[in-house]
Amino acid sequence: MTTTVPRPNSVRSPLASLRERAVRLAEMVTTPLLPVDYLDLFDPLRSGAALRGRIEAVLHETRDAASIVIRPGRDWLPHKPGQYVRIGIDVDGVRQWRAYSITSVLDRADGCFTITVKAIPGGLVSNHLVHRVRPGTIVQLDQATGEFCLPEQAPDKALFVTAGSGITPVMGILRNSAELLTDTVLVHSAPTADDVVFGAELRQMAAEGRIRLIEQHTDTAGMLDARSIAELVPDLHERSTWACGPVGMLEALEEHWASVGAADKLYTERFRPRILVTGEGGTVTFSKNGTTVEADGATPILDAGEEAGVLMPSGCRMGICFGCVLPLREGAVRDLRNGEITTAAPGDGVLIQTCVSAAAGACDIDH
Amino acid sequence: MTVIQKKIDDNPIAHLSAEDIELIGKELDTIRQEIRDSLGEDDAKYIRTVIDVQRKLELGSRAVLLASMFPPAWFVGTVGLSLAKILENMEIGHNILHGQWDWMRDPKIHSTTWEWDMASPAAQWKHSHNELHHTYTNVIGKDNDLGYGIMRVDEDQKWHPLYLAQPLWNFVNACFFEYGIAAYDLELGKNLATKKRRQNPEFRAATKQVLKKVRNQATKDYVLHPALSGPSFVPTLAANFTANVVRNLWSHSVIMCGHFPEGVQTFEKTSIEGETRGEWYLRQMLGSANISGSKAMHILTGNLSHQVEHHLFPDLPSNRYAEIAPRVKDIFDRYELTYHSAPLVQQVASAWHKVIRLSLPNDWLAETRPSNLPSQLGKLWKMTTGGPKVRRAMQTRPAAA
Repeated sequence: MTTTVPRPNSVRSPLASLRERAVRLAEMVTTPLLPVDYLDLFDPLRSGAALRGRIEAVLHETRDAASIVIRPGRDWLPHKPGQYVRIGIDVDGVRQWRAYSITSVLDRADGCFTITVKAIPGGLVSNHLVHRVRPGTIVQLDQATGEFCLPEQAPDKALFVTAGSGITPVMGILRNSAELLTDTVLVHSAPTADDVVFGAELRQMAAEGRIRLIEQHTDTAGMLDARSIAELVPDLHERSTWACGPVGMLEALEEHWASVGAADKLYTERFRPRILVTGEGGTVTFSKNGTTVEADGATPILDAGEEAGVLMPSGCRMGICFGCVLPLREGAVRDLRNGEITTAAPGDGVLIQTCVSAAAGACDIDH
Repeated sequence: MTVIQKKIDDNPIAHLSAEDIELIGKELDTIRQEIRDSLGEDDAKYIRTVIDVQRKLELGSRAVLLASMFPPAWFVGTVGLSLAKILENMEIGHNILHGQWDWMRDPKIHSTTWEWDMASPAAQWKHSHNELHHTYTNVIGKDNDLGYGIMRVDEDQKWHPLYLAQPLWNFVNACFFEYGIAAYDLELGKNLATKKRRQNPEFRAATKQVLKKVRNQATKDYVLHPALSGPSFVPTLAANFTANVVRNLWSHSVIMCGHFPEGVQTFEKTSIEGETRGEWYLRQMLGSANISGSKAMHILTGNLSHQVEHHLFPDLPSNRYAEIAPRVKDIFDRYELTYHSAPLVQQVASAWHKVIRLSLPNDWLAETRPSNLPSQLGKLWKMTTGGPKVRRAMQTRPAAA
């Protein structure tokens, strides 16, 4: 018998097939479960597991905001500053998914990242994260995503306009891009000085000359409009601008930037969908699941399904990530953002975003 | 016993008006809603803990069995694996597949994604159990759980000498219960009857699924795990076989206790047409029986020891049945209904008594005393060896009819 020196590419494939066989054997041993179901008992953050994280600490920033330090599983990929991460957390035993901006520096020594959350009145998840969650809690994660980032070539002059928790993606950028941003203005609105999330750190940055900080305390000084921003920042339209905050503020800014023909210099980030139009609703049938629910015209099909106990795929819940898309077999749905009606005849299987679509009459979802 | 509709003298619901029945329904709906609204973190923690304990117990037991050639290891491993399999089927699998934990929206613990350590594929079992048994509870001819289509479960069914072997069948079915369940989920009796049904593509596809599941299960328990045990191959195989039989006997006993003890009512097919929600609740109340005992016993039965509560609220988490039970019992008491509950041994004995009683001609067992044994045996001999005419002539009519 002769032996040959194995060539590099022929080394890999037997190894890969051996590995594959080992996995299949392990699956036969653990059937009807999978090997991961047992491995998860001991190390939920290991490489190869569904992406999860463990909450390591909750750092209070203001009376109603906190930064959550999360140790991600080993398959976590580094994020780009300004991006958000979707987090699945059990609140009162029920899995809830929300998106939060990542606020930490990229290469933390401990390998963790932070999200910063402002508790909104009545907000199920935000209040849980800020006030109740305990270190040690395991959360589900998706990889970081989002387009609210600096371009490859950082602008010479930058302007950030934020309000409330809108500061969070911007803080992610500011903390990581000190050397890229040489001329930066931040206009931030919050009810009072104490309500400014990262207030001390931002003021410190301003004192060091890294940014020009304009704080607007709306309880006493009222809201800023586009015109007063233009007065505060005279070279406004020379600056690439990133804005994040309430829908009303973003719309006013978009209108203003468009009116001066500078719409391409404004990047906005929304945390919630803009719900424009609601309609009459209808009966929603999830045909594979066999569940039928009555949904009004303002309730996204995603929410209606979850309420009825259907295991729905979900994502950003604001019409961006397409993680919730399902085929509409028959019927009509209304896009809550613009009122557009989508209809499907049997056999069409039109893909719809369930998080921003409400029933507009009876509809049959293939799920 | 006979179907409830034919009971004239001792009909247990004769005293209830239609309004009473609807009031019972409303009260039960209120309990259901209260529990649903109060589900939370503690409940989620409960099921995750049970799953965690079960998986570690199974892993540990299987690890110990790798050395099963040593008798203490065999014993410990077999006990552990039997318990793990019981937990997996009863408190975990059965209840998750009922959708009791769907409210958590955890895709790992959900009725649509769960698969269990059992010959019957989850999807098929969900159809025959959740849709048929829970809808048609104790309706003769509709509810296959009632005797699994192979037993005489009611005096109204004509007696035949073949039924004399019914206690034996019942015992064999108990030992290999998971295969019995798979067969009855396939409705083998009905589907093998004609060529057309045998060749029905749906039936063939379902059969293929069952065979695949059975093969996977058998490969794990009877080939791979023993092979991994090396020199302990045979003892490990024996241990796994024992654990499967123990689990089968246990689940069969628990399930027999649920609907088969003496005093539990059965219903006529026609009686459920146009049934109201209140009437459906009432049928569940009359058609189920509980097992009383310790907390550990409740968990090992998958809380099917609270069979009455489970049948009223099949999709409420099982860890809540114990707290619901006193409120349900109170409704039984106020409406003068019999809440069947007894310790395990007593319920199993009662169910077996019924199996044996119905394996014999009507009233034969009740009429038999040591003094008349020879004549009774003679009568049984004549009925067994004689033709249908002889049987009809000698058969006592159902007592209540």
